[in-house]
Amino acid sequence: MRRYNQIQHTADLAAEIYGRNLPELFENAAFAMFDMMADLDGLKAEESVRIKAEGPDQEGLLISWLNELLYTAYIKRIIFTEFRILSLEENNLTAEAKGQKFKEGTNLIKSEIKAATYHDVKIEKTGSGYEVTIVFDV
Amino acid sequence: MTAPFTGKLEKIDDYRWRIPTSYMPGMRVPGLIYSDEKMLKSIVKDNAPQQVANAAHLPGIVRASIAMPDIHWGYGLPIGGVVVTDIEAGGVITPGGVGYDINCGVRFVRTNLTVEDVKPRIKDLVNTLYSIVPTGVGSTGKIKVDLKEEGRILTEGAQWAVNKGYGWNSDIDHCEERGAIKGADPSKVSNRAYQRGKDQSGTLGSGNHFLEVQVVDEIFRQDIADVFKLKKGGIAVMIHTGSRGVGHQICGDYAERMVSKMPQFGIKVPDRQLSCAPVKSDIARDYLGAMRCAANYAWANRQVITHLAREAFGKVFGEKAESLGMHLIYDVAHNIAKFEEYEIEGKKKMMCIHRKGATRAFPAGHEDIPEEYKRIGQPVIIPGDMGRCSFLLVGTEKAEESFYSTCHGAGRLLSRSAAKRVTRGRAIARELEDHGIIVRYTGRSTLHEEVSEAYKDVSEVVNIVQGAGISEKVAKMRPLGVIKG
Repeated sequence: MRRYNQIQHTADLAAEIYGRNLPELFENAAFAMFDMMADLDGLKAEESVRIKAEGPDQEGLLISWLNELLYTAYIKRIIFTEFRILSLEENNLTAEAKGQKFKEGTNLIKSEIKAATYHDVKIEKTGSGYEVTIVFDV
Repeated sequence: MTAPFTGKLEKIDDYRWRIPTSYMPGMRVPGLIYSDEKMLKSIVKDNAPQQVANAAHLPGIVRASIAMPDIHWGYGLPIGGVVVTDIEAGGVITPGGVGYDINCGVRFVRTNLTVEDVKPRIKDLVNTLYSIVPTGVGSTGKIKVDLKEEGRILTEGAQWAVNKGYGWNSDIDHCEERGAIKGADPSKVSNRAYQRGKDQSGTLGSGNHFLEVQVVDEIFRQDIADVFKLKKGGIAVMIHTGSRGVGHQICGDYAERMVSKMPQFGIKVPDRQLSCAPVKSDIARDYLGAMRCAANYAWANRQVITHLAREAFGKVFGEKAESLGMHLIYDVAHNIAKFEEYEIEGKKKMMCIHRKGATRAFPAGHEDIPEEYKRIGQPVIIPGDMGRCSFLLVGTEKAEESFYSTCHGAGRLLSRSAAKRVTRGRAIARELEDHGIIVRYTGRSTLHEEVSEAYKDVSEVVNIVQGAGISEKVAKMRPLGVIKG
C-alpha cells in the first residue's frame, strides 16, 4: 500500500496520507513529512528517540505528533526515517522514532518544513483503511 | 485546494473586486481583493479567494476581509491577507492570521557606492557575504546566547543588537516599531521556542529568504528618492528574513492551544487553522505577549545581519561602513498583528490588525513614522523574486481604506514541486549569471523552487497597488548578487 502521495500546493507542501489502521496512518504521516523534507535514501536509523504527544482529538493529536517530531528533529539534529506507534489513544500517544544525525549546513534537507498545519485536517475512513490530507508550512 | 475558485467576484473598479457576503453563509463582511483583470485569472486558479471568504467569518471583523494582488493560498488566512477586528466588540486574534514566520520582513540599506564600483567586485562581495552571513536549514549563528540573554533579545529586539555593537543608533530610528514592539512577554514563550532561538540569532534561514546586493535601476519620484539619498545606479542591500525557529515554534504552540480553547468561546470557523480567541481573553493576551517576542527576535535578527553585511562591504571595499554611507532606509514587517486606531462608523477605535504577507503603509504626516519621512510617507519595501526586480514605495492617505496596508512581494504562482518540474535539468545559477546576477546558496532545491517563473511578476503587483492608490512607486531595483539558504 502506498504510504503517501504528494499533492500540489502553491506555497507549501501537502500530502495525502494512507494507512490500513490508525497507528499506520500516524506512522506514514511522519514518514511523508520527513520524506518530503529530506533525502532519506541511505540514511541509517542509528538514533532512537521516545516521543509523546497530546491533542484535543485525533486530528489535533496527529498534528501534535508531527510538530513534536519536527521540534525534536531540529533540536537534536536528527532526520527521522522510521516510526513506530507504541500506544495510540483518543488524546495521546507514545512512539519511537529512529533516524540519523545531520550536521549544520547539511545538504540532506531539501525543504525546511516549519510546521504541520491544521488546515482542513480530517481523518477519513476508506475501503482500505484511513486517509488524511495534511498541509505543511515551508 | 487546487480547484479554481468558482464563486462570484464583483468588479468594483479596475483594481478592486468584491466577494459578496451572499457567497457563503457566515460571512460577516464582504471580501475585497486588490487586483486587475489579468492578475485575477491567476488568483482564481489556486482558490485563494475561498480563504478570503473564510476569513470573513472571524468574529469582530470590520469593513472587509482584504487581500492584496500578491495573494496566494496559505493556510487559514491567504498570504497577502489583511484582517482587522474590533477589540471592544469581542473581536478576535488568530495566529493563522500572522503566520508561522512571525515578523518575516524586509530591510533596505543604502550605500554611497555605484554600480561601476561594485560590478567588477561583485563575485568577491557575494562570496564574502556568503561566508559571513549564516544561511540554510538549521544553521546557527556566531551569536550564541544563554536563556537569560535570549529573554533580553525577546524584549529589546533591534536595540539589543545595537547595544551589543551590531549596528548604529540611527538604525533604531528607521525601523518599524523602532525595532521592538512593546508588550512582549517572555514568560509566555515556551521553553521549546527558547531552545530553538538560542543559536539562531543573526541567521538568514532558507526558502524565500535572501540578502541581495541591488542597483537602483529606475527612479519614479526623484523628490522622494532624494530624502532616502537614492539615485539611479546607486547600490543598496535588501535583507529578507524573519524570526526563524522562535516564530515557528510560538505560532505552532499557540495555534495548538487556540484549537483546544476555541470551543469555550462558542466560536466556529470554516478552517481550524483560523482558530482564534477574543483579543480580551487570557489566551489571546498570552499569544500577543509571545508573538511580540518573536517579532522582536526577528528585528534583532535583521539588525545583526545588517551589521554583518556592513562588515562584508567594509572588507571588500577597504572602507568602514560609515564612510560607505550604509544607512538603513527602513525595515518593515509583513507577518504580524498590531493594535492600531481606525475610524469605524464615525468612531475612532483600537483595532487588532493582522497583516499576513502584507505590509504597513502609513501616509505622510503619520505620527508613527520617522521625523524625516513625515512629509513623504512611510517607506514600503517590496522584494521581488531573485531573477527580477524589487521596489521601494511609500504609503498614501488613500490606503486608509485597506487599513494602511499594501502588498509584500511577488506572491507564488507555482507550487514547489511544479517549480522543480519546470526547471529540471536547468542550471539556474548559470542562467542567473548570464543575466548578470551572481548567486551563492546552501539548499539543493532552493534555486529550483525559487526560480522566477514560480512567482508572479512583482512589477504587475506593484502597478496594481499604485493603480488602486494605496501606495506609490519611488524606485525600482535590480539584483546584482544574491545569497540564499
